[in-house]
Amino acid sequence: MVELEPIIGRYATLPIEGRDHRIYFEEAGQGTPLVCLHTAGAHASQFRHLMCDPAVTDRFRVLAFDMPWHGKSTPPPGWQDVEYALTSDFYVAAIMAFIEGLELDRPVVMGCSMGGRVVIRLAIEQGRRLGAVIGLEGSDRPAPWYHNSWTEHPDFVNGDFCVGLVSGLCAPQSPDETRWESLWHYYQGGTGVFKGDMHFFRTDSDYTARSGDIDTSACPVYLMTGEYDYSCTPEATIATAGRIPGAEAIIMKEVGHFPMSENPAAFRTYLLPVLDKIAARL
Amino acid sequence: MLETLADQVNSNPALVRRGGAMSASFLIEIGARGFHVSVDRGRITGVEEGPFIMRGWNFAIRAPEAVWEKFWEPFPDPGFQDIFAMNRFGHCVVEGDVDVLMANLRYVKDVLAIPRRKPNSAPKSESGHG
Repeated sequence: MVELEPIIGRYATLPIEGRDHRIYFEEAGQGTPLVCLHTAGAHASQFRHLMCDPAVTDRFRVLAFDMPWHGKSTPPPGWQDVEYALTSDFYVAAIMAFIEGLELDRPVVMGCSMGGRVVIRLAIEQGRRLGAVIGLEGSDRPAPWYHNSWTEHPDFVNGDFCVGLVSGLCAPQSPDETRWESLWHYYQGGTGVFKGDMHFFRTDSDYTARSGDIDTSACPVYLMTGEYDYSCTPEATIATAGRIPGAEAIIMKEVGHFPMSENPAAFRTYLLPVLDKIAARL
Repeated sequence: MLETLADQVNSNPALVRRGGAMSASFLIEIGARGFHVSVDRGRITGVEEGPFIMRGWNFAIRAPEAVWEKFWEPFPDPGFQDIFAMNRFGHCVVEGDVDVLMANLRYVKDVLAIPRRKPNSAPKSESGHG
């Protein structure tokens, strides 16, 4: 018998904004729920290394779900006539539906990129129901680094283009194998899904007016960004932390936009101390 | 710096295959020196150094020599590891028909990375790429 990884995958149907959505999620570990949110156009496999790290799973129940339209989650019936565009409201509703549906008590929510953006709104609106939020490559407002017209270009739905677009966001020091696995996720995306996520990321997620309202004594905020990230720059992360009293910004050396998947070994050296702090106050 | 570019691309079947849909030309400007790169179905058919007289190209990437030097380091500093990073931070200019660039983005990025020195290789002046 081969050695089995500790990750278990399940399906569940969640009501999101009044409609049922069948979603796929994976989990491993026991303890405080740690809900992980994948990047735009990708899926929950980005967190597979975290789920196989006993230093995490000994005290955290790590869960990661594929957003509707992503990974093995099913798009809602009628998808064939819909142009997918993620909104801030739907994103928050999906995350809360997952938390409520699995009856997770005061989970820590950790998201990357668009997931690192939405945790800011979660902390603003749902902070008292959460243990903490961790924004990876996160900030509280869009900062486009290519022209909006690009998203209308026919090549934007092409996997090879998506990979070309994000490939430079990985740090040069990240191991080839994990870097290319991170990029493979962008080949796997459904046509138009990455583009649809950009609606949220580029035009529907400016939280700067309210990010200062976060009560970090109820819901601590940690913002962790790789020094090679030019999508969410370290400067944008530090500026966001500056708008949130009590938030902590951590800049990670030799890491890019996909810390948990492009260089799991480097990432854990930054994440474990943050998890220690969170565990100490729970 | 780009003398061996054509040979290195054309002898790499995976790279030629990746660029199989590209038949176009682009300009790499290294400081005051312009290099016109012609591509035919993924093969580099010419790398010509200027000055040019009204030579056409589809898109151009322009940066000072010191920027390209950083870009071609084995482990470039943050902000210099990718043309989009360099563009965002004002280190390089990307102009022209970006549709052609977008349609062949991964191929073009891989071609531009060819002169990048390998880790532990000698400095540029002794590496044979200069």
